Amino acid sequence: MAGNIWVVADQWQGRLTDITFEALALGREVADAFKVPLEAVLMGHGCASLAEELGCADNVIYAEHPALAEPVPETHARALTELAQQRQPRAIVIPATNTNWGANTLLAAQLGVPGLNFVVDLKAVDGALEARCVLYGGKIQVRVQPRKEPAVIGLWPGARPADQGRSERKPSVEQASVSLAAEPKVRLKRYIEPEAGEVDLTRQDILVAVGRGIQSKDNLELAEELARALGGEICGSRPVVDQGWLPLSRQIGKSGLTVKPKLYLALGISGAPEHVEGMKGSSLIVAVNTDPQAPIFNIAHYGVVADALELAPALAEAVRARKG
Amino acid sequence: MNLVVLMRMVPDVVEELEIAPDGKSLDQEALRLIVSESDDHALEEALLLKERFGGRVTVVAPEAPEVADVLYTAAAKGADRVIQLRGVEPGLGVAAMAEACAAALSAIPDLLPADLVLTGAQSIEDLDGLVAPLVAHRLGWPYLGVVTAVSEVSNGTATVIKEFQAGYRGEFQVSLPAVLGVQAAEKPPRYVPVAKVRAAMKATRIEEFEAPQPVPEPLQDVTIVALAKPEATGRAEMLEGSVEEVAGKLCELLAERGLL
Amino acid sequence: MNQAAPAVVTPTYDVTLENLFEHPEGRRVLTCIQCGMCAGTCPYGEVMDYPPRRIINMLRAGELEKVFRSDSLLSCVACYACMAKCPRGIRLTEVLLPLVKEQVFINLPETPAELQKALENTLRYGNPFGESSRKRAAWVKTAGVPIRILSEDPRPVDVLWFVECQNSYHPRGQDVSRATARLFHALGIDFAILGNEEKCAGECARLLGETGLFDTLMDYNMAVFAKYKFNRIVTSGVHAYDAFIYQYPERGFRYPVEQTTPFLARYLDKLRPMLTRKLPYVVTYHDSCCLGRHNGFYEEPRALLKAIPGVRVVEMVHNRVNSICCGGGGGGMWLDTYYKAKGYERLSERRVKEAIATGADVLAVSCPYEISRFEDALKVLGYDQKMVVRDVVELLAEAMEA
Repeated sequence: MAGNIWVVADQWQGRLTDITFEALALGREVADAFKVPLEAVLMGHGCASLAEELGCADNVIYAEHPALAEPVPETHARALTELAQQRQPRAIVIPATNTNWGANTLLAAQLGVPGLNFVVDLKAVDGALEARCVLYGGKIQVRVQPRKEPAVIGLWPGARPADQGRSERKPSVEQASVSLAAEPKVRLKRYIEPEAGEVDLTRQDILVAVGRGIQSKDNLELAEELARALGGEICGSRPVVDQGWLPLSRQIGKSGLTVKPKLYLALGISGAPEHVEGMKGSSLIVAVNTDPQAPIFNIAHYGVVADALELAPALAEAVRARKG
Repeated sequence: MNLVVLMRMVPDVVEELEIAPDGKSLDQEALRLIVSESDDHALEEALLLKERFGGRVTVVAPEAPEVADVLYTAAAKGADRVIQLRGVEPGLGVAAMAEACAAALSAIPDLLPADLVLTGAQSIEDLDGLVAPLVAHRLGWPYLGVVTAVSEVSNGTATVIKEFQAGYRGEFQVSLPAVLGVQAAEKPPRYVPVAKVRAAMKATRIEEFEAPQPVPEPLQDVTIVALAKPEATGRAEMLEGSVEEVAGKLCELLAERGLL
Repeated sequence: MNQAAPAVVTPTYDVTLENLFEHPEGRRVLTCIQCGMCAGTCPYGEVMDYPPRRIINMLRAGELEKVFRSDSLLSCVACYACMAKCPRGIRLTEVLLPLVKEQVFINLPETPAELQKALENTLRYGNPFGESSRKRAAWVKTAGVPIRILSEDPRPVDVLWFVECQNSYHPRGQDVSRATARLFHALGIDFAILGNEEKCAGECARLLGETGLFDTLMDYNMAVFAKYKFNRIVTSGVHAYDAFIYQYPERGFRYPVEQTTPFLARYLDKLRPMLTRKLPYVVTYHDSCCLGRHNGFYEEPRALLKAIPGVRVVEMVHNRVNSICCGGGGGGMWLDTYYKAKGYERLSERRVKEAIATGADVLAVSCPYEISRFEDALKVLGYDQKMVVRDVVELLAEAMEA
């Protein structure tokens, strides 16, 4: 039991998220490298049926408690602390989604161990667990080894393909009890849905995305023109939405949508991890940025160092001419 | 309301980041520091809450180059009290710094009790933790992150809006006092005319407070193996030429894939 | 005012709204006859709730507060048209308007985002683009001629060339800088630049009402000037020129200053034989507000253009003192979204239509803002195949190629 690798399942609206499976795929590699079992930790209230999807793990620890029905990071962290203190895993991999945000840090603090953030890879190096973390807006990668156990790992999306973590196998499920405060100090009252009547960007084949590089709301027209010419839709990164140039429902990234269109044309987007997370699954990524060092060029298939404000209209024209 | 805002300086990524010769830290020479972006949002949210509910805003910041500018600017924006924390250095990793800040909050005279401690939801340097939950843990207060609004405060609780995904948000009820990690304030951080900041430089006294000893060592429980700039492998195939030439090449590409 | 020596102007740096009437300029304001020439000539006159005439009216009635609470003055692009036409010679754009705009700015419930970013960037990085100050002189590597940077080689020099932000960071501005460097080199000018030590001169911030930012930049620039020995300053920036002539003397600035275009015009006899390549262009020249209306340099750029073999100069309907601003001054460079939201026509589009009407191939300019604004307008209006925008300096350099 002690020394196992744990992957904590992440849920959204009653279903397991892709990052859960990415984490399982990674967890399996690490568990195999250390020759220990991989255990999935599922926490919630009345969601035991989700456990059968976690067959990539050797078994599932299912923590059931009414308080775990609400997506409150500190409640989940408290439950994990109890489980970890009882069972002493070697490492706990927690998907770093908005839902869980802060849970890995709380867990680490409660256990008195280091908690790593922005982890994009894990491996065994000479018997030690080594993490690779992406910092400084994607500009620097840090390889780091925790010196205490369990190692609490805040996993960033994209570490492994989600499909690698899916399995037909039905794992054994062990129900565990956790004691949680009767009156949690943080309670979810309700979900607030996004504004209705907006286009469903997740179903679009072609997306033209704008970032800070378009400089002003005015220039959105250029992108919209291009989107029209291509038969696609416009979307944007967080800064553009924060400025009010696009509505929240068109935000791609961590706090917005995850999209996998056939074409993702990134105009003036630097490629910070928060944004990349939302579009890295796109079949064809073309990035335009004036900065040749922009991290987006590390994940794009094709890149152009140019001013998006100049290229967009030129491309729109070329496309229109081509289509006839 | 008694509001405390924790603000810190992080490397400005507008400048080129260079790795130090030992490969385990950033080259300090090349660095310029800037206030962490979401900390600025935390300050804005605090100021909005003060405008809405009354009270005072205190800003606490660990010492760092150019932090005085940040504190004077906060004062010019409406912060009532600005405090610089000595003995806590900026640098890679936040856990030690967050612990020191939390200890300081309890020790600074006339600071606590407070209703809310606000700080950014995350920063670009958060290798070994997030400040907000670490401070919450030390203080024994509830915590919520990715906050984008605080809409109501009454009967010892606050209604806090958090961002989930796909445009969804959640309305939470949080018992006070609490620590909030602010992702984005309800309005973009306000502009303050430079003349006002210069006036604040004359009228405001930055209090200095020595962080309670012992100040935790940064990165004690981890070993930094190496820093690196991301590999160029998997880098995009770059298209060269004039804007018109590139547009033509892209059209070819798209046509080949049946996208036109 | 065509000269290479500092202009003699009545200092107005310490005029405030409080002490206005104790100052000669303030007393001149009181002589306003409410004729309305200012409102009539303002390019945004029809949308301006408070043109200078009304401002002065409110000032006299003690009701200036109302003006402070209106955002109408954000539409002022500091084009000097009102000041040039005022029959009383009231220094509206230079003195009264920035004072009022300062209060308007403070009272804005929300600062337009792009403008806020530009100002914050200028304070932090010394340029509105938010690019590192360490990249300000990056263009020098591709200049094609040697360019001395004073921090690397601090020996005394004749001309300190103050390049300014647009011409340091913007790709089209860098084209102009390269052309300027080649001309200086060909003319044997002993010049050097501050390179990464140079920061914005701050004039547009001042015209907008951000006097604190202007003061901070002025203090900085004066300290940098004091480090080196040079005889005079030549600047590509027309706003920088104004700042040095009219504001910087407040801090003891005494250097002779010229803008590039009139400076080169003084070397025309030496330059003419070098202009060997024929450029068969029909060129129309846009008088920049600062260089033209404000300082009277109308004929110098035209003389330069006419010296280029093959060039034929035609005039737009509104030329010289009547020129229509490109819309970039007084913060306008960063308020296009704001104006658009209000439904205003872009001044650069209005002007480009006039240029096209002349049938010219080339729209020649001499203010760094104008290139990007007019190229943008040409694209938006669909005329970018009919006409190109070139700085006068670019045309000279082009004509110099053997």
